[in-house]
Amino acid sequence: MNAITYFPGCSLKDSAASFERSTVAVMERLGHPLEELPRWTCCGTVAALATDDLMHLVAAVRNFERAQKIEAEEIVAPCAMCFNTLRQVAMRVNVDVEARDKINAFMNEEEDYEGGVAVRHLLEILRDRVGWDAIEEKVTEPLFDLPVSAYYGCTLVRPSGVGIDDPAAPAVLGDLLEALGATVVKTPFDTECCGSYQVVDRRDLAVDRSLRILRAAITRGAAVIATSCPLCQYNLEEARRGALAEGMLVEATAPVVAYFTELMAAAMGLDEELLPADLRAAVVRSRETTPEGV
Amino acid sequence: MPRQREVSTERLRERVEEMSGEKLFACYQCGMCSAACPLTEEMDRLPSQVIRALQLGDPTVIESNAMWVCASCFACEVRCPKGVDLAKLMEALRQIRLRRSLDWISLDELPRERIRELPQIALVASLRKKAG
Amino acid sequence: MTDEKPTQIFIMGKAYDVPPGVTIMDAMEYAGYRFVRGAGCRSGFCGACGTVYRKEGDYRFEFALACQEMVQDGMHLTQLPFTPAPRAAYELPSLDSSENVLLQYYPEIARCVSCNTCTKACPQDLEVMEYVQAALRGDLAEVAALSFDCIQCGLCAMRCPADIKHYHMAQLARRLLSVSASPVPEHLTERLKAMASGACGEELDELVGLDVDALKERYSAREIEPAAEGAA
Repeated sequence: MNAITYFPGCSLKDSAASFERSTVAVMERLGHPLEELPRWTCCGTVAALATDDLMHLVAAVRNFERAQKIEAEEIVAPCAMCFNTLRQVAMRVNVDVEARDKINAFMNEEEDYEGGVAVRHLLEILRDRVGWDAIEEKVTEPLFDLPVSAYYGCTLVRPSGVGIDDPAAPAVLGDLLEALGATVVKTPFDTECCGSYQVVDRRDLAVDRSLRILRAAITRGAAVIATSCPLCQYNLEEARRGALAEGMLVEATAPVVAYFTELMAAAMGLDEELLPADLRAAVVRSRETTPEGV
Repeated sequence: MPRQREVSTERLRERVEEMSGEKLFACYQCGMCSAACPLTEEMDRLPSQVIRALQLGDPTVIESNAMWVCASCFACEVRCPKGVDLAKLMEALRQIRLRRSLDWISLDELPRERIRELPQIALVASLRKKAG
Repeated sequence: MTDEKPTQIFIMGKAYDVPPGVTIMDAMEYAGYRFVRGAGCRSGFCGACGTVYRKEGDYRFEFALACQEMVQDGMHLTQLPFTPAPRAAYELPSLDSSENVLLQYYPEIARCVSCNTCTKACPQDLEVMEYVQAALRGDLAEVAALSFDCIQCGLCAMRCPADIKHYHMAQLARRLLSVSASPVPEHLTERLKAMASGACGEELDELVGLDVDALKERYSAREIEPAAEGAA
């Protein structure tokens, strides 16, 4: 089987290292090993939206050119933000020949990008290529009775035509969690924005948004919030830490924020070292309360 | 002569339409975008009011804080019944200012202690949206 | 000058006929320029003589060290020997290399758009953009490896549309790595200890007492590389 060409993105090499470790481990276990795109660069993290802002598309196109060089037809990103940026750029430059020609003329030190590299999110690969059944088969330690909120945020589902699922009622992450044996907790904030990059100069605003997401999950009894984006993860954890310190939340009910691949690693019985301590504790707690024979 | 950094608001409507690729007059002011936006509490004009000002050619819209509070979450875009991508209009307004070196944030004003806490994903995104 | 046809170059827009096959620096001196700054080692190591040029019929900007690049007919050039780019102030021992130190001291690396203009400007042919990218993801070892041959000429920073100070940032990365990952050199530690306890004191005092001419004489007569023992 051909290896999947994998675009890690900067965060997975740094602040979200556990996202990468768990991603690589679960894909290996599922028999779909990942191969890192050679000489990849930062995707840009946000898509440039102005029609004439081609300079900010260069980073993504350079990555497509590098995929083309190794004859990869697609690149797969676990980070929802990388995925979104890369897909938005791909959807433009794969069809907008004029923009592509200009970018190619600018990047005269590289081979011309011919168009045609597809960008996929890891969840799409899990849903469309691996399949929930195959994942369920690899589950050795099902997350029975672990109530998990499937938090999509923005970049997995918006804008229209870019997201990987119905923006109004996405199912992909919930379906995955169910395959792992978890109980999916739905909240009205599943596709609400965490405040995103506003955290840089408007920390208050991002914390406020993220607290609402946490509270919605708490109200509905979630023990874990599953994320797919290192920035959502950061904002939610920031809000959680602050609220615990100020006594606005209590440890016993504040949900653990974890990458969906970490939950997969837990359910597949992969090395416990892959799991952050708080997630491991939440999983253990839920198992202790599960009646025998389930 | 000092460098002129004021934004020319001449042809503002046309420039925003060109840069966004969106049709301003497709909007019939239903307000769905403002209802969908998670950050309106912080905005001095509602998203639908930003479009209205652009339709009317009101140049003061360029001074609004709405486009800087916008987090490009596209909640407005998926709900617009007329298919107007407001996120792109916000981007055009940001770009018009950033291209005049009228940055909304300055790296020099971000304390090192703050940068230490922030992941690079936040910094890169914020600088792309708020600094030229 | 020989019978050979002279090479015509343009220094800051003015045409000069210079001997063919000489370096830009020699040609500029031939044309009457006298270097007070903008020239250093004249051997391609110090990075003081950054130069930009365009050749007639080529839209591209080219970058070189004046002491290394030969003149070509129709070369339009100027020196860019200095880039205003203050280095960040830091106390190396107090930095924690496990943190995002490069972003803290050079946060503008987060503005990189991967345009690769820096790489195209590097007279040392370094993969400059790639080391900025490595810096962004906190990979000190990669930054150090890719930037090792940097001579700090500053042309990358002069060209960068994101105002990045590449060479200073990479220097910090190499320093951090040497503090955190490189073994402490025993011979240096011993030598420093010896110096601190007064070794070489007499010799140094003697040098301090010499006049300039005597110092110059000593300098020219110095042993540059000790002859290998047992060498013929």
